[in-house]
Amino acid sequence: MITDILTGVFVSLGCTLGLIGGLGMHRLDDFYARLHAVGVTDTLCSFFILFGLALQTGLSFVTIKLLLIFLFLLFTSPAASFSLANNAWQWGLRPKGTNSEPVSSFNKDAS
Amino acid sequence: MKHTISLGALLFALWVLLSGHLEPLLLGFGVLSVIFSLYIARRMDVVDHESHPIHLTFKLLKFWLVLGKKIFQANIDVTLRILGFKAVEPQLIKLKMDQTTDLGKAMYANSITLTPGSASIHMEEGELYVHTISRQGAQDLFDGDIADIIPHDKTSSDTGANQ
Repeated sequence: MITDILTGVFVSLGCTLGLIGGLGMHRLDDFYARLHAVGVTDTLCSFFILFGLALQTGLSFVTIKLLLIFLFLLFTSPAASFSLANNAWQWGLRPKGTNSEPVSSFNKDAS
Repeated sequence: MKHTISLGALLFALWVLLSGHLEPLLLGFGVLSVIFSLYIARRMDVVDHESHPIHLTFKLLKFWLVLGKKIFQANIDVTLRILGFKAVEPQLIKLKMDQTTDLGKAMYANSITLTPGSASIHMEEGELYVHTISRQGAQDLFDGDIADIIPHDKTSSDTGANQ
């Protein structure tokens, strides 16, 4: 009974974060900022949902499979993000609202 | 050689955990697949300290825990910024990488991307271009927030090169 409630709480939290990530995809200004919104759905959202499901299965082989899914996500999602971002950068897309060239510290551009 | 043995053990554990059957027949199939996979991996020459960093195992466990905590905090921060409780102030910055090995650089860049609110977008010799969603996040990266937790990857090829 308690595990059912906990599962509900975690899965709802995960879904909320997924919604927020989707909202961020529309609300934020440009391509690079939207990448950060995807970061939320990739990490904490999937963790909460998978953790909630793992509570349901208890300690069994299914739990290990859920854990493996999470691990693979952790390894593949930064690769996908970097691939997108790097291609955008190489093809000349520059982020909005920043210097067009990267700064190496904040003290320098203040002076 | 120790990398091959360690990889084989890992693959076999994965087989047992994923199948969940302990009959001799299925375990035998497992051994055969592990041997075949090891043969392919050796032939492709991908079994080395880079793809399979056993010298870092314990450091990596600690690294994952600390990174997990940082990812959790960054998630809350980015969520607040998406919902409009905090300002969105994009920054484009350039970070110096102290890591000497490819593995160290890859870990650094991927840790930054994995943390919501900052994403690595380009890499040049010793420099990493990073886009962050907040000025505070960029300042933290300058202060070595992530760089400090990357396990120091020292291989026989670069002894003495690091300070």
